Amino acid sequence: MSLGAHSFDILVIGGGHAGVEAAAVAARMGANVGLVSFSRDTIGAMSCNPAIGGLGKGHLVREVDAFDGLIARAADHAAIHYRMLNASKGAAVQGPRIQADRRLFKESIHRQLAVTPNLSVIEGEAAALRFASATDQRVVGLELSDGSLIAAKAVILATGTFLGGTLFRGEERLTGGRIGENSALKLAEQIRGAGLPMARLKTGTPPRLDGRTIDWSMLEVQPSDDGDWTMSSMTERRYVPQLFCAMTRTNTQTHDIIRSGLDRSPLFGGAIQGQGPRYCPSIEDKIFRFADREGHQVFLEPEGLDSHLIYPNGISTSLPVDIQLAMVRSMSGLANVEMVVPGYAVEYDYIDPRALDRTLAVRGIEGLYCAGQINGTTGYEEAAAQGLVAGMGAACAALNKPFPAIDRSNSYIAVMVDDLILHGVTEPYRMLTARAEYRLRLRADNAATRLTPLALAASAVSPDRERHFSEKSAQKRSLRAALDAPVTADTLIQSGVDVKRDAGKMALFDWLRFPTVDLQSLLNVPRGTLVMEGETRNWSADVVAEVEQDGRYAPYLDRQAAEIRDLAANEQISLPVDFDYHSIAGLSNEMVERLDAARPDTLAAAGRVRGITPAALATILVHAKRAALRRAA
Amino acid sequence: MDNADTIFALSSGAPPAAIAVIRISGCDALNAARTLCGALPEPRRASLRRLKRTDGSVLDDALVITFPGPITATGEDLAELHLHGGRAVVRSVEAALAALPRLRRAEPGEFTRRAFLNNRIDLNEAEGLADLLSAETEWQRRSAVQMAGGAFSKAVEQWREELLLLSAGVEALLDFSDEDDVPPDKNNKISDSCTSLHDVIQQHLAFPSVQKLRDGLRVVIAGPPNSGKSTLLNALVAKEAAIVSDIAGTTRDLIDVPVAFDGIPFVLTDTAGLRDDTDDVIEGVGIQKAESAIGDADILLWLGVEGEAPQHPNCIEIEAKDDDPDHVVKSDAALRLSAKTSAGLAELIQRLTKTAHGLLPPPDSFAINARQSALLSDVVRSLSLAAKATDLLIMAEELRQARLGLDALTGRASTEDMLDALFGRFCIGK
Repeated sequence: MSLGAHSFDILVIGGGHAGVEAAAVAARMGANVGLVSFSRDTIGAMSCNPAIGGLGKGHLVREVDAFDGLIARAADHAAIHYRMLNASKGAAVQGPRIQADRRLFKESIHRQLAVTPNLSVIEGEAAALRFASATDQRVVGLELSDGSLIAAKAVILATGTFLGGTLFRGEERLTGGRIGENSALKLAEQIRGAGLPMARLKTGTPPRLDGRTIDWSMLEVQPSDDGDWTMSSMTERRYVPQLFCAMTRTNTQTHDIIRSGLDRSPLFGGAIQGQGPRYCPSIEDKIFRFADREGHQVFLEPEGLDSHLIYPNGISTSLPVDIQLAMVRSMSGLANVEMVVPGYAVEYDYIDPRALDRTLAVRGIEGLYCAGQINGTTGYEEAAAQGLVAGMGAACAALNKPFPAIDRSNSYIAVMVDDLILHGVTEPYRMLTARAEYRLRLRADNAATRLTPLALAASAVSPDRERHFSEKSAQKRSLRAALDAPVTADTLIQSGVDVKRDAGKMALFDWLRFPTVDLQSLLNVPRGTLVMEGETRNWSADVVAEVEQDGRYAPYLDRQAAEIRDLAANEQISLPVDFDYHSIAGLSNEMVERLDAARPDTLAAAGRVRGITPAALATILVHAKRAALRRAA
Repeated sequence: MDNADTIFALSSGAPPAAIAVIRISGCDALNAARTLCGALPEPRRASLRRLKRTDGSVLDDALVITFPGPITATGEDLAELHLHGGRAVVRSVEAALAALPRLRRAEPGEFTRRAFLNNRIDLNEAEGLADLLSAETEWQRRSAVQMAGGAFSKAVEQWREELLLLSAGVEALLDFSDEDDVPPDKNNKISDSCTSLHDVIQQHLAFPSVQKLRDGLRVVIAGPPNSGKSTLLNALVAKEAAIVSDIAGTTRDLIDVPVAFDGIPFVLTDTAGLRDDTDDVIEGVGIQKAESAIGDADILLWLGVEGEAPQHPNCIEIEAKDDDPDHVVKSDAALRLSAKTSAGLAELIQRLTKTAHGLLPPPDSFAINARQSALLSDVVRSLSLAAKATDLLIMAEELRQARLGLDALTGRASTEDMLDALFGRFCIGK
């Protein structure tokens, strides 16, 4: 890392999860990148829950990892607790999740950035974007608050909640993104002045507890998962000693205490206007909306190996401090707990992501990209994935390369970006597996198979990763070939596999569609002369697990193929960015409004805009062709 | 929307008509034609071919013309089958085509769309596509105004809401049951609800379609040779539509005659006499057609031996030769009449109109068209698979497929709406 370089291909503002991925991927691809942050030390900080992954989110982490991103490896370096959510359900909805030691996580990010070529860290406050001229809205650089200028072809805003962030706690109000940091007011004013569509959202965080004052003996404990799975496919083993989490519950007394404070709540008093996330409601919201429930589970999660702080997951709140303390002390095991930092809510501005294209570039301002919470999302994983997209987008533009072909049928990353730029957000956007229509093929365990080839084509991958991937691919091919051998039900039954005798004869792979058949036992079935010469049978456990799942849902994947063909055909038909939807007779006002805001770039994207019917789509096509002809004439 | 599929549709007017033209377009069009008719005629030359199903059974004798792309109406390989214009014939050929891989029925406007995409027609011609949009809106308006206060839209909306709740329930279990937010689905409540919704939609699908109101109820006159079928047909329509003679096997093809009784449209179909021992190939084909027509009939008039009629839900036993003293009359024929003297004809017509009232959409209900019916059939199939699924992921996938069907009727929005249902109903998240 070097200071003092004054001209870059790309400048990234903000060193959070979006910023570091954006900077790192662009640098890996060969762009000259500067990462601008208030202070070097806060780069890679986890500002809320010290956990990475989860349902849907674990998929994003593995996908960013498939592009050789940082987050999964940092998570493994910091993981003090591993848990596979939904372990009892189908692989497509299993969500790997870890508890991270904040310090170790940050250290890993710093280490990874330090060895990334073409990347410099610039300490300073971004003050204003520089444009080519008053009339030419093309980004040419950035002005820092100390007056210095840095030239750049592109700027990626990964500034989190800095835009007009206000903190709420009871009757208290504070200005800033995180506790103890300033909002970048000057830059915020400029962004506001740029005429981008903006609105307000709200999020919250729970109080932090002192673990030494918790009576752990009263609580049910949740140990780290057995097994050796890791977040990154590059991580060979778990590095860090494993801690346990514990569970407690809210009770009727807790709920009474919360109700007694509602009149002083900024949420219920009307002080907070922004919409909060429905899937991550504050505890006061849960009590109010689901009054019939007598208790809500609370996970007590350690924040680090050498920290006493405990994160009580499930009681995000902006109630006054005295209510918060009484509330936590009413729960089992917490009677004498000390609250180190009270919880609070943050209200902040976000840019309507419908103003962005699929590389997260702002339409109409060349060279400006936005990634992370500024686009109305929540979560480290969502931020990291957007950082990756914006970083690749800016690097592809700077280096004149094609953008990797991610789409809804190959990644959660593309599902998220597509949702954001077509539908916008009405609450902080969080990944859910339900958002992915091709969920059965988008598993956390096959992220590398799906995406690393695209990453390789984009030169976004280090030589280490490339070698690792090609070894795994070779194993997968060899295993898959071994499974082409046809066997009869009789043979399987003789080998102790539980299948119906009248099920006939088919390739070993095709037998995997029956839930009673597992791959390990198929490998023990005699395959006659079809054992391939030179077959090693040294398939690693993750390769075996991945191929087994490929076979499990194969009939459903085949059925989805037609749907995906539709998607691909209509993705080929581009729509002009300045298309006049008002001129199309027959579209309802609602359709026009939504199409106008989202500006879908292909016919397929237009079809995904809410409420667009097949007939409306056919009409849009006709008008698009007409417009194209007129342009050509 | 996918040009990789090969599409087909009846491109002439609604049958019955003298001929019916089925058009097939796409890269598998010529293969499809070859599968049905064997060796293809020279391109752009009409030739007579016998169309057969893959199992060898005969569909029809038809004129077949092929147009290899790209200089064709759609810009793709194109085949036309000029069939005899009976509905049963058209339906069986369509079914045979639909059974071929990568072939599917065309969406409304799809031939035009392909022609347009392949630069075979200009924009003004393609404007016809835009009319589809107004037609859709017009249908909704009509549906709202005329179709029993929008009963269909209301029903679809209700099914959609139920489906979204089911989907939300499964998604909640998938994404949130691990952390105590959502209790597990005891007693398979969701499966049961899938079954109930399936049954409700299935019941509506069984309602007569609006097509019947437009095209007429199919009344098929069947029986052994020389039982008086053609005479009865002629008496009912009061003209010589069918050739009548005493020679068994005179009627070899289906004869369709549209009529209206009491304001209700019917299509009367005279068929070849059913017998097993014919050596005549053409009569044999006629008998096959008769059997297929009986399968498609709304009402069957059976002139054969009492109690030996083919299985049919609306079979009327008829004694057509009540005037013939040499004839063994039926003991319990629903109707005795003489086609020759017209005795009993009025009673038959009355009986037909009465049966028709039970088969046509009741005035306070709605009728659905073929497209809606096809989409709802998909929904029903997915719901039934969802109810049987033991893996929640598969159940969710089947419910998603069901949502796609309803989305195609109402415009796409279902993932977002499903999430609304999810968050509205469950206390979720940390």
